[in-house]
Amino acid sequence: MIEYIIAKYNYWIYIVLMMIGFYAMIGKTNLVKKLLGMNVFQWAIILFYVSTGSKKGGATIPIVMGAHGHYEPAQAIQFLNPLPHCLMLTAIVVGVSTTGVALALVIMIYRRYHTLEEDEILELLETSRK
Amino acid sequence: MDVIYSIKPFLAIMVSLVAACLILLTGEKSRNLRESWTILASVIKFIIVASMIPSVLKGNVLEYTIISLAPGLFLQFRVDAFGLLFGILASTLWIATSFYSIGYMRGLKEHAQTRYFFCFAIALSATMGIAFSANLLTLFVFYEILTMATYPLVAHKETPEAIKGGRKYLTYTLTAGVVILLSMAIIYRLTGTLDFKPGGFMAGNASSDMLRFLFVTLVMSFGVKAAIMPLHEWLPTAMVAPTPVSALLHAVAVVKAGVFGVLRVILYVFGPAFLHDTGLWILLAYLVSFTIIVSCFFALAQDNIKRRLAFSTINNLSIVILGAALLTPSAIKGGMLHIAFHGFMKITLFFVAGAIYVKTHKQNVSELDGLGRQMPLTMGAFAIGAMGVAGIPPTCGFISKWYLCLGSLAAHEIVFLFVFLASALLDAAFFFPIVYRAFFKKPKEDINPGFNEASLFMVTPLVATAVFSLVLGMFPNAFVHFIEIAALAVQNIMGG
Amino acid sequence: MISDQFPALIIVFPLIIAFWINIVGWWWKKPCFYMSVSALTVSFISSIGILNTVITNGTIHYRLGGWEPPWGIEYVVDHLNAFLLVIVSFIGLLVGIYSKRDIEKEMPQKIPQFYSVYTLLVMGLLGMTITGDAFNLYVLLEIVSLASYALIAMGEDGAPLASFNYVIMGTIGACFYLLGVGYLYIVTGSLNMADLSELLPKLYHSKAVLVAFAFFLIGIGIKMAFFPLHVWLPDAYTHAPSSVSAFVAGTMTKVGAYVLMRVLFTIFRPYFSIELIPATTVLGWTAVAAMMYGCVLAIAQHDLKRMLCYILIAEVGYIVLGISMANRMGLTGAILHIMNDALMMACLFSVAGAIMYKFGNRDITNFRQQQLNKKMPFTMAAFTITALSVVGIPPTCGFFSKWYLIIGAIDARQWVFAIALILSSLLSAVVFFKVIEKIYFKPREPVHPHNEVTHEEVVMDEAPMSMLIPMYIMVGGILILGILSGQIISTVIQFAVPASF
Repeated sequence: MIEYIIAKYNYWIYIVLMMIGFYAMIGKTNLVKKLLGMNVFQWAIILFYVSTGSKKGGATIPIVMGAHGHYEPAQAIQFLNPLPHCLMLTAIVVGVSTTGVALALVIMIYRRYHTLEEDEILELLETSRK
Repeated sequence: MDVIYSIKPFLAIMVSLVAACLILLTGEKSRNLRESWTILASVIKFIIVASMIPSVLKGNVLEYTIISLAPGLFLQFRVDAFGLLFGILASTLWIATSFYSIGYMRGLKEHAQTRYFFCFAIALSATMGIAFSANLLTLFVFYEILTMATYPLVAHKETPEAIKGGRKYLTYTLTAGVVILLSMAIIYRLTGTLDFKPGGFMAGNASSDMLRFLFVTLVMSFGVKAAIMPLHEWLPTAMVAPTPVSALLHAVAVVKAGVFGVLRVILYVFGPAFLHDTGLWILLAYLVSFTIIVSCFFALAQDNIKRRLAFSTINNLSIVILGAALLTPSAIKGGMLHIAFHGFMKITLFFVAGAIYVKTHKQNVSELDGLGRQMPLTMGAFAIGAMGVAGIPPTCGFISKWYLCLGSLAAHEIVFLFVFLASALLDAAFFFPIVYRAFFKKPKEDINPGFNEASLFMVTPLVATAVFSLVLGMFPNAFVHFIEIAALAVQNIMGG
Repeated sequence: MISDQFPALIIVFPLIIAFWINIVGWWWKKPCFYMSVSALTVSFISSIGILNTVITNGTIHYRLGGWEPPWGIEYVVDHLNAFLLVIVSFIGLLVGIYSKRDIEKEMPQKIPQFYSVYTLLVMGLLGMTITGDAFNLYVLLEIVSLASYALIAMGEDGAPLASFNYVIMGTIGACFYLLGVGYLYIVTGSLNMADLSELLPKLYHSKAVLVAFAFFLIGIGIKMAFFPLHVWLPDAYTHAPSSVSAFVAGTMTKVGAYVLMRVLFTIFRPYFSIELIPATTVLGWTAVAAMMYGCVLAIAQHDLKRMLCYILIAEVGYIVLGISMANRMGLTGAILHIMNDALMMACLFSVAGAIMYKFGNRDITNFRQQQLNKKMPFTMAAFTITALSVVGIPPTCGFFSKWYLIIGAIDARQWVFAIALILSSLLSAVVFFKVIEKIYFKPREPVHPHNEVTHEEVVMDEAPMSMLIPMYIMVGGILILGILSGQIISTVIQFAVPASF
């Protein structure tokens, strides 16, 4: 049992991070904290993907040193899988854009309501509608 | 029996749709032009329908397919004898109602006349569609269009009662509509087709429990429009509509569409053989007999003229269904004829009620004393109509009642003969006081003792329908060959 | 031949134009609308070309950059895709035309931004529909989400907060989808949908695949606003600008339903989704709850747009119910309903937008005072016809999709589903006739039969033509496509239903 946890320690860390982020998104009322939670959530997923590209046995980054002019095929087993890294570049960009849009929204909300607590904003909305 | 491909059924429906669009475009700008579209459409529609009579009498069936919806399902028209009967009734009476509407709406200076004529034209289109549909799906499509088109007519006055009446009408008819939809879907899955076949096509296709269940649901949901008790409550409430609406739609088109649907289900979907074998015909007969008798007692208690007429309509619709439920040729023929003949008589009665309202603003029976002196033509027509509904010769009502009684004897059930006779007696009981009051009682102060009829637009149609009832009573095959058509329909169902 | 390149053109052209709208908009505001509409027209024509090719030749496989799958990204267009492409681009074009006057009134200083993001949104949806690669779908899903966050936030008072809540929930949904793709990648090493469907059957018993499936369903459910994951939708669509609501209501949820179909039946074979895990059963019962919930809550609303949002939730329930019946008729009904619902919802929200444009408020209780039936007769007529379609009155298109759904329920022997379908028809009749009554029939002061009914001439103050014409094209579609549904099914939908049914 303990070996099971220790052997897959990276996955456990990602799960913990994801749940922290998830709780923050749902449980906190401050908009910026929600946003931070969203970021932690997304980064945990990105870390998860990246870790799936690694291999045991000393695999290294997929760059062949000093190969200019030599044309032997590379041994795939020596290098780690670059595809998840590429996919996660996209995901990072997506995450950054989403954070940017969300921050712009937070600024708009702050300018309008002068508070960033969700329950206060909802009260203000209720009163303004009446 | 040949199948002829003809565009005439489609044209009959399109005529009033085109007229509806023209009415909408003309609007209030030129009232006479707008009214002339209605009249023109009604006359053309009658001509198209009448032109189909010779062909159908020879035993042919006119067919026209619009489009295929699924394997085995088409939007299709097929004009057979029974459909043609209903079609003739609706188109003839539309001409009369159009003239009458003009007089009524202008006499009362009603609002929203364009909407009224627009919805009327669409409602008649839908009625034609129901009459000429070849299968349950097409019937359902036009049935729902009819509901939608008549709702604005029921709620026309826009008073709180009118809106409540409209809501009740919609609740009853839409609920019935979705139940029909479900039953139709089950039938389609069981048999792969929904086409009407004289003598039915359902037998043997599913377990008899399922068949019984489908029969009950279909009859009861079509029966909502046909005002079978206890689902009849919408009809008296819908009397808040203007009288031409009550006359054509709730005495002729909408409720007769319901009865038409019930008869199609009994005779063309399930078939007399199925009903006979399962014994369902007795159950149905008892159910509608209950309606027949009880509605008469309700009618006796009503003071409002239109509500009394509404219960009389409920009475007569169930008489038609009883005729079909008895499953003998004479009874079915009587029932089909009663659809047509009762339409003429009832519309006369409603026209009279409306004319009285426009001229004197009276709505109750107790206020009618001595009205016969002021409006002799109107009350005379009422007398003829009342005689007809009670089944007294020489009106046409006698002929249909005669066939019905013969049919009940042939079915060896004396009970129903008594039901027919009792309802005739009770009809007399609640109509003749009106005639008596109008002609033989001293007029109250506010009645003008001189001759002062309603406008010509209203009096002419009602006199015309009353006279036609008499003519049909003496020469039942006059002009439109009702008896021959009904006989042909019965022959197809029972023998052919 | 340019028609060979349609699959790429349909995405690339709007993408480039969206970029240029932003640049051009720095100097001149006027060309932005025309550039956007021209890009959407090109997309629409391409989508028709693609549908034509698919009907005559069968599935199109378009390899981007010439790379063979599973190493390269592939666009796969079969009948289901092609059908949805036409619908999305058509609604995008119509609402684009509709939006001109609306945006000029609501946000005149943000016109270039609006049109560039709108074009991006349409492009993203088209991309989601056309792609055959699971990760590419995630990228396009995020493009769609970001564009819609921005567009929704441009709306009225409560819009930024509604959009923020949508950001949070939408990100959860997209991240769950990403997790699902990640798990599948770990166990198979492939991201191509067709390839995954070949590789997965041997792995159906592994936990990673099961978890992936669960993540997919939840993620797509959030994006599709499927009860009970629908919470973001009412606020977001109510406060969004009218044209944005009209477009997203008609398309985004439908594309989400399409992705659900792809996951259930293409990536994971039907055997997995129906028998191995009773996913379709669970989805079916949740869909019934969605239908009831949507219709019942719609009755309680005062705001016209909010009422329509709840009806939309119910409509999503219909589509998922059709998918969950897992027989030919049910799926036919679901796909047909995708088309019908897109038209109906876009039209209804356009009507709400037109009322907002003219009167500035959408409270139903005010409808009679404003004499809407005299001032905006055409708009109200469009509303009435579309309302009849939602209720399911023939001969409008809504009736025909309900017909197939009911037959599907009967085939599956699920009588509760059939009863739920007809019950929700009746409930939506209550919802819409309440509004129709208020428009046409609200009781007035008692009319004395003796008086001439005088009314001051109420001048017709109808919405502008550029708003009415798209609305009426949609209404025409609702009326005609219903009768033609037999043809549509036999040419397109029949082949769009996965072959094993």
